[in-house]
Amino acid sequence: MNLIEANHIEKSFGELQVLRDISMHVAEGEVVAIIGPSGSGKSTFLRCLTQLETADRGEITICGKQMMHTEDNHAVFADPKTLHEITLCAGLVFQNFNLFPHRSVLQNVTDAPIRVLGVSKSEAQQTARTLLEKMNLSDRADYYPCQLSGGQQQRVAIARALALNPRVLFFDEPTSALDPELTGEILRVIRQLADEHMTMVVVTHEMAFARDVADRVIFMDGGVIVEQGRPEEIFGDAQNERTRAFLSSFAQN
Amino acid sequence: MEFIENITGMDATAFTAMIPNMLVGCWQVIQIFLLTVLFAVPLGFLVALGRTSRFKILSGIIRIYQLIVRGTPLMLQLMFCMYAPSFLFGLTPHRFAACIIAFVINYAAYFGEIFRSGIQSIPQGQYEAGKVLGYTKTQVFFHIILPQVVKRVIPPTGSEFMVLVKDTALAQIIAQPQLFDIAIKTAAKNVSITPYIAAGVFYLIMSAVVEFAFKKLESKLDYYR
Repeated sequence: MNLIEANHIEKSFGELQVLRDISMHVAEGEVVAIIGPSGSGKSTFLRCLTQLETADRGEITICGKQMMHTEDNHAVFADPKTLHEITLCAGLVFQNFNLFPHRSVLQNVTDAPIRVLGVSKSEAQQTARTLLEKMNLSDRADYYPCQLSGGQQQRVAIARALALNPRVLFFDEPTSALDPELTGEILRVIRQLADEHMTMVVVTHEMAFARDVADRVIFMDGGVIVEQGRPEEIFGDAQNERTRAFLSSFAQN
Repeated sequence: MEFIENITGMDATAFTAMIPNMLVGCWQVIQIFLLTVLFAVPLGFLVALGRTSRFKILSGIIRIYQLIVRGTPLMLQLMFCMYAPSFLFGLTPHRFAACIIAFVINYAAYFGEIFRSGIQSIPQGQYEAGKVLGYTKTQVFFHIILPQVVKRVIPPTGSEFMVLVKDTALAQIIAQPQLFDIAIKTAAKNVSITPYIAAGVFYLIMSAVVEFAFKKLESKLDYYR
């Protein structure tokens, strides 16, 4: 079953067309890595799927619920209740973590379940402690985000997203704001989630990670999906000239 | 006694009588201060919300209000509130009420500006994080944004509170009794500048209390950045 179905997505910022007819499907349990140069539309695409941007045209269905479709060349969005259900079904981890600085680590993870899902405080805390343990952060529950390293903050952000028990998790360049020595710990967590068959879409510049963890790699450039396939196809035998040029620029570094 | 007379240029009984008078003046200052804060802070919050509103007409009106209030002397605004009603409607307003209204209108504009900059200084990512976690817009504002705004606006608000303590002296222009009035009258009666110095000390003490309270508040919220 496809948890994400996006068809013919178009998005412009004023005159600038950022997404041109993007179609992508993600099956349950699949891990998809989206790679591509800056400005290729990867993040905008992710933001359209997570309702942080509104696509101009196209059709998006997430967790079996239609988020938007197009009528007479205009986007039509689902009712607020459906959109809220879709929000809860899909989590997002940001490049800059966006933790709540005035709340402790534990509160960051428990607040949404309590306030949004109406879970009891003790139950939310129990879930949160399990998640923090999984993120190897048990001893940091009472810390504040400013007292943590970037890698720890990002792991809290992942725990916070998981606390709502989403079926899909989106990552928007989760390691781009981190020092190289801290990216490993985040990638390990994502890999662990992949082993548990969490459905994930990861926008990333970590090619080695995309190759090792993803079931499928999508290469985007200029607002279109240039090429996609299994990692060994993309990294070993890319068909498209632009894909090869992009990957070779990484190989040189 | 002679010592007091020598250094103050006032006779000792006049000097000792001045102190309780000045304490009454201080209490009047405190009343103006507290009532202004009580009304101007919530009003300033609404001003900030209106100013950041998507409705262009509302934010435009509020901007003009802020421009007028911040662009004209508070002293003039006090006179306007005191005397305009009798010119326009033939009503003589209650002096103290006119005084409070002028201060509230004036300070709400400044607080509005402080709170607006506080709200706008919160990164967009905080709103986005709230949204993807399923919070409603109201929840995002009150549980995520507002607590962070409070922390950020405490230093400039404290500074504004200190200015208010001293600005109460401007109520002199509409003959509202307060500390400065007592200083002027006592100085004139005794032909001495000592009452001014004494009044200055009282203003300083009241400002220092405000400063101390805000420092305390600031360190209370120091647990996060």
